[in-house]
Amino acid sequence: MINSILDQLRPIFSSEVFLLMFSMGTFLLGVLIYKRTKITLLQPLLISMVILIPFLKITGIDYPTFFQQTRILNFMLGPSVVALGYVLYEQIEQIKGNVISILTSVFIGSVVGIGSVVLIAKAMGADRMLMASLAPKSVTTPIAMSLSEKSGGAPALTAAFVVICGIFGGLVGPVLLRKMGIKSKIAQGLAMGSSSHALGTARAMEMGAVEGAISGLAIGIMGIMTALLVPFAEHLF
Amino acid sequence: MQGFIPGSVLGMILLFLCLFFKIIKPDNVKSVSVVLSKNMAVFFIPAGVGLMVYAEILSKSLFTILAAIAVSTVLTIVTVALIQDNFEKRRAKGGTK
Repeated sequence: MINSILDQLRPIFSSEVFLLMFSMGTFLLGVLIYKRTKITLLQPLLISMVILIPFLKITGIDYPTFFQQTRILNFMLGPSVVALGYVLYEQIEQIKGNVISILTSVFIGSVVGIGSVVLIAKAMGADRMLMASLAPKSVTTPIAMSLSEKSGGAPALTAAFVVICGIFGGLVGPVLLRKMGIKSKIAQGLAMGSSSHALGTARAMEMGAVEGAISGLAIGIMGIMTALLVPFAEHLF
Repeated sequence: MQGFIPGSVLGMILLFLCLFFKIIKPDNVKSVSVVLSKNMAVFFIPAGVGLMVYAEILSKSLFTILAAIAVSTVLTIVTVALIQDNFEKRRAKGGTK
């Protein structure tokens, strides 16, 4: 009975309009819950995933179909990174005189980040494929996926790690920075963006405009640094 | 390096340069840029839901993956924040750097 109803409804459920609206709807619900409760773990993206994944399982819609129907959202990830160029321009006064320190800190941060994730995974018995997929976890999805593929990882798995890393950094970052007593807005923004890409930046935006803009800048620098460093990290695999 | 830097990052740099050299008026891109950059997380939904496909590999090596990502992320945050903070403090003191 229930199955036959599901079969009837599946064409509607798997339509582009429905899946897009439903995805956005769960996200808006997530924003509402997050704003009401102020609990950091209840990130809108996480709430959205917790509703969407079981929904797809129950209705029997597979992931490629879902991805195909919501591809416009994934596509918009690109333009939203481009938009950070404007946010950055607004904060230009903050960057002046900080160029060397920004480049130095992000460079060392990327060495530490890539080195530690690969070495810890290796110590815990991860295979080559897993290490290659983990190495670029701190950068934005499009860069991470192409780097992963080049060094023998699974790009789609890397996309998952990028999201895990982003959610984790977004949750822990602000708390950690407060505990460390870091007052500098530039240092906070850089740390968020270089460790957790666009998801870290989304959280940095909540901290303030300067933090957000610097975090956006850090995504770009971290992406370039990581692209240059991953080929060296392959020696560790 | 060719092919390593994705279009979106190049786009970000280009937009910044165009604004900087006054090729584009800030007012023309302000509203759309603010909306997009404030709601970035929503664009991660398709990638995030992709976790369901890797449930098996993820659950098999879950501890390794989470431990590696967590420790590495914390280390990255600490290193970057401390170095930048130190640079600023030294400059504020009027030090040599």
